[in-house]
Amino acid sequence: MSQLNALQKRRQSGVVTMAILLVIFTFIFYVTSSRVEPVIYSFYLGDEWKLISEWEIGSKSGVMIFLIFALIGVTISFIQFKNNKKITLGSLMFGFGSIMAFLSWAAAGKFIPLTGLLQAAVLLAVPLIFGSMAGLLCEKSGVINIAIEGQLLFSAFVSAVVASLSQNLILGLISAPIAGALVSWILAYFSIKFQVDQVILGFVINVLVLGLTNFFYTVLLVPYESTWNAAGSFSAIPIPVLSKIPVIGPILFNQTIIVYLMYLIVTVIQIALFKSKWGLRTRAVGELPIAADSVGIDVNKLRFRNVLIAGAVAGVGGAVFTIGAVGVFSQSMTAGAGFIALACLIFGKWSPKGAFIAALFFGFTNSLQSNLSIAGVPIPSEFMLMIPYIATIIAVSGLIGRVRAPAADGIPYLRGTK
Amino acid sequence: MSIELKGITKKFGALVANDSIDLKVARGEIHAILGENGAGKSTLMNIVYGLVNADSGKVLVEDKEVIINEPADALKYGIGMVHQHFMLIPVFTVAENIALGREQSKGGFLSLDEIKKKIKLLAEEFKFDIDPDSLIENLPVGVQQRVEIIKALIYDAKVLILDEPTAVLTPQETDELLSIMRTLKSKGTSIIFITHKLREVQDVADKITIIRLGKVVNTVASNTSQEELASMMVGRQVDLAPNKTEVKPGKIILDINNLSVSNSLGRKIIDSLSLQVRAGEILAIAGVQGNGQSELARAIVNLEDHVSGSIKLDQKEILGITVQDSLRAGIAYIPESRELDGLISSFSIVENLILDVHDISPAAKKGRLNPDYINDNSAKLVNEFDIRAQSIFDPASSLSGGNKQKVVLARELSREVKLVVASQPTRGLDVGSIEFVYEKLLAERSANRAILLLSSELDEVLELADRIAVIYKGEIVGEVGSDVSREKLGLMMAGIK
Ligand SMILES: Nc1ncnc2c1ncn2[C@@H]1O[C@H](COP(=O)(O)OP(=O)(O)OP(=O)(O)O)[C@@H](O)[C@H]1O
Ligand SMILES: [Mg+2]
Repeated sequence: MSQLNALQKRRQSGVVTMAILLVIFTFIFYVTSSRVEPVIYSFYLGDEWKLISEWEIGSKSGVMIFLIFALIGVTISFIQFKNNKKITLGSLMFGFGSIMAFLSWAAAGKFIPLTGLLQAAVLLAVPLIFGSMAGLLCEKSGVINIAIEGQLLFSAFVSAVVASLSQNLILGLISAPIAGALVSWILAYFSIKFQVDQVILGFVINVLVLGLTNFFYTVLLVPYESTWNAAGSFSAIPIPVLSKIPVIGPILFNQTIIVYLMYLIVTVIQIALFKSKWGLRTRAVGELPIAADSVGIDVNKLRFRNVLIAGAVAGVGGAVFTIGAVGVFSQSMTAGAGFIALACLIFGKWSPKGAFIAALFFGFTNSLQSNLSIAGVPIPSEFMLMIPYIATIIAVSGLIGRVRAPAADGIPYLRGTK
Repeated sequence: MSIELKGITKKFGALVANDSIDLKVARGEIHAILGENGAGKSTLMNIVYGLVNADSGKVLVEDKEVIINEPADALKYGIGMVHQHFMLIPVFTVAENIALGREQSKGGFLSLDEIKKKIKLLAEEFKFDIDPDSLIENLPVGVQQRVEIIKALIYDAKVLILDEPTAVLTPQETDELLSIMRTLKSKGTSIIFITHKLREVQDVADKITIIRLGKVVNTVASNTSQEELASMMVGRQVDLAPNKTEVKPGKIILDINNLSVSNSLGRKIIDSLSLQVRAGEILAIAGVQGNGQSELARAIVNLEDHVSGSIKLDQKEILGITVQDSLRAGIAYIPESRELDGLISSFSIVENLILDVHDISPAAKKGRLNPDYINDNSAKLVNEFDIRAQSIFDPASSLSGGNKQKVVLARELSREVKLVVASQPTRGLDVGSIEFVYEKLLAERSANRAILLLSSELDEVLELADRIAVIYKGEIVGEVGSDVSREKLGLMMAGIK
C-alpha cells in the first residue's frame, strides 16, 4: 500500500521538515560560517560532584559534530517512520543536535555556562507550568481559562504583600493560592452561574487585576516600600545526595520549595486526571456534559470546584515571580506568562505531561536567549528574542500533530437546552 | 415497579411539547409509546428522567409521588434510560462510559475491573459482541447502541425507558433486544418502549399509548392493527405500502467500476465493487450496518479519502473531484447521520436549506446573500416538505429527528439532479414521514432520476427497490429482484449465499 494514513503522513512531514532544516542549518552554521574561535562550555557550578568542569571546542568542529548527531537523528526518524513507529527518539536527537550546533556557531569565542543555563531554564518554566496546570484543570472540565495571567499577577502581588507585612515567607506562600482561587471564583461564578462568555470574562478579569495591582502598587507599594514591598525570597534547598549529581543535580534538585511543589502538583494532576474517579468525571464534563449529567453527576458543581482548584494552582505559580525569585513585586511583572502558559497547554495537547514539557522547552529557549545576549553574541537582540517562538513554531509544525481540545471546552452547560 | 405520570405539561416557548399527559405503567409491563416525530415522546421521557423539568404535573412511583429534578433523582428511584441521542463520551472506552457516575476506587485509584467483568457477563447473556476496552469513537453506531443498552441494564433498573433503541440495530439485534425485554419483564421490570416500528410494538408490548401533538390520543392493546395504530398517530389514513408506478429504466446514470475504499488505517472497506444504476430506477443496496454501505455513499460524493477505481456520472468521471463539484454535477446526497453530516445544528432552518447553494445565484448575488429569495424559498420548502417548526429561523437543533431529516431532504431534492444517493433515509422517522419520504423518492424515480438507496431495513428495500444488490464485507455478494423473500434476503445479508 502506497497510501499513508493521517498519522503516517504527519510523521512523513515531520521527517521531511527535519531533513530540510538540517540542510539549511548545515548551510548557515557550517558551509558559509567563517567562525573558528572555540566555544567554552562549562558544566560545573561548584556544589555538585565534579565530573568535568569545562569543554572547549572549535566553533566549526562543534557545529560539525552536532550536525552529524542531528543527521543521525533524522536517519533514525526515517527508519522509525518506515517501520511505522513513533519518530520521537529521532526527533529529540535532531532537536538536541540542531540546538547545540546553533550554540556552537553563535557562541564562537564565548563562554557558555551550560548547567547554569539549564537551571535558569527550569526556573523560567516554573510559573508557566503552574499556569498551564491551571489552564488544564479548567479546560479539561470545559471552562476556558484566559484569566491565568490575572491569577498569576494577583497572587504574585498578594504573596509579596503578605510576606512583606508579616515578614514571613511561608505565610506569603499560603496566601498565594487563596489569592489565585479568589480570581478564579469570579471566573467560575459568572461563567458557570450566568453563562457569561468565558473568553471575554477571562479577558476582563486580566484587565481588572492589572488595574488593581497597578493602583495599589503606586499608592502603597512604592511610597511604603519597606513595609509593603520587601518580602524577600525563598532560598534554594539542595536535596541531599540528589543535588550532588553532576549537571542534573543543580538543575533539578537545588531549587526553592516552590519548584519541588511544582513537581508534586504536576505528578498528582497527571495521575489523578487519568487514574482517579475525579479525573474520569472531570474529563467527562469537559467532553459531553449532558452524558455526565445523565448518570447523576452535578456538572456545574464539579466545574466550579475545578476552576477554584485551578486558581489555587495558578496562585502558587504567581508566588514564583515575587517570593520565589526577586523578592519584590513590580508592575505587570508576569509579562504575559499566563498567555504563554495557555500556549504550553495547547502545545502539550491538553495533557499535564505535555504541558510540562512544552513549558520546559519555552524556559530553555528563553534561557538560551538571555545567556547568549549576556555572552555578547553578535546577533541583533530583537532576533534573539524571537528564538523561543521560532523554535516553538518548528516544533509544533513538524512534531506535535493534531491537537484536540476537550469537546465541550468553553460551552456552558444548562440542562434541557439542545 | 409501577410508575405513573399525571398531567405532565411542558412548553418550549409557545410550543406545547407535552399537554397534560397521563400515563400508567404497571409492574412488569412493557408499555409502548407511539407518536409522530415531534409528538413529544422524548420530552416526556426526559421529564421522567429529570433531564427536562416539567412546567406542571406529577410523577408517582409505586403510587407515591416523587420529585425528580435531575437524573440523580431518577437513578435513586431505580429509573434507567437509554437515550435517543447517545450519552456516550467518544474519547472514553466502553468500560469508562459505563462506569461513569458509579465508579469504584481502590486505594484512591479508579478501578474498572469489576465493571469490565459485569459488561462481559451481560454481553454474553445478550449475545452482544462488545470489547470493554475499545474507544467509543471507533465503534459503529450499532455497537454504540448496544453499549447504551448495557449501560442502562447493568445497574438493575426497576423502570427502564428505551427511547428508540432499535433505530440503528439490525433485525437480528432487534430480536435479541426484544427477547431481553421479555426476560426483564418476567423479573418485574417495567419498560417504557419508544419506537417507530409497528412490527416491534405488536411483537412485544402489553399496552400502547399513542401521543399526537403533545396529547395522549389513546391507550390500546397490542392486538390493534398496524393501520389503526398508524392512523391514530398521524390523524389520517396512512398508506403503509407505497404506490409504485411502472417506470421504464433509461440510460445508465451511475456507473461504478472496481471501486475500492480503504479507511485511515489502510484496511479495505470496499473491495473492487462495481454497479450501475439507470435513470428511473431504484437500486437498493441491502446490507447489515457496517458492511461498507456508508463508505460507498460517501465515496460517490467524494467524501472518502482513500479511493481507487472509477465512478462515472452520466458518462463523466467524477472520482477525485471536490465534494461541491460532485453535488453540482447532479447528485443529491442524503447522509445517514443527519446530525453529523446533513445539518449544521446551530444554524437556522433557513441557513441549512441553502448550505449547498449559498454562494451561487439566486441565493447569493454579487457576493452577498439574497435574503428575499432565501426566506421565500425556505418558507416554500418548509411548506412543501411539511417541516414542523415554530419558526424557519429556529436552529436546526430544536427540531425533532424526523423534521431534521425533512430539512435534509428538502435541501437535497430541491436541486436539479440526475442521481439521488439516499443512505438510511427513514432512520428514526415516524410512519407518516416514512410514507412521505417514500413518495418523494418514488417521485424522483418517476422524474427519471437514478436512485441509489442504501438501507438496512428489509421492508424498505423490498417496498422500494427495482433491483436489490446485497453488500457483505465491502463486496456485492448477489443481486436479486424485489420479489425475493424476506428470509432469503436476510440470509444473503448475513453473508450466506
Ligand atoms: N430544548 C428544546 N427547545 C425547544 N424546543 C424543543 C426542545 N426540545 C424539544 N423541542 C420541541 O418539542 C417537540 C417535541 O420534541 P420531542 O423530541 O419530544 O419529539 P419526539 O416525539 O421524541 O420525536 P422523534 O420521534 O423525532 O424523536 C418538538 O417540536 C421539538 O422541536
Ligand atoms: Mg424522540
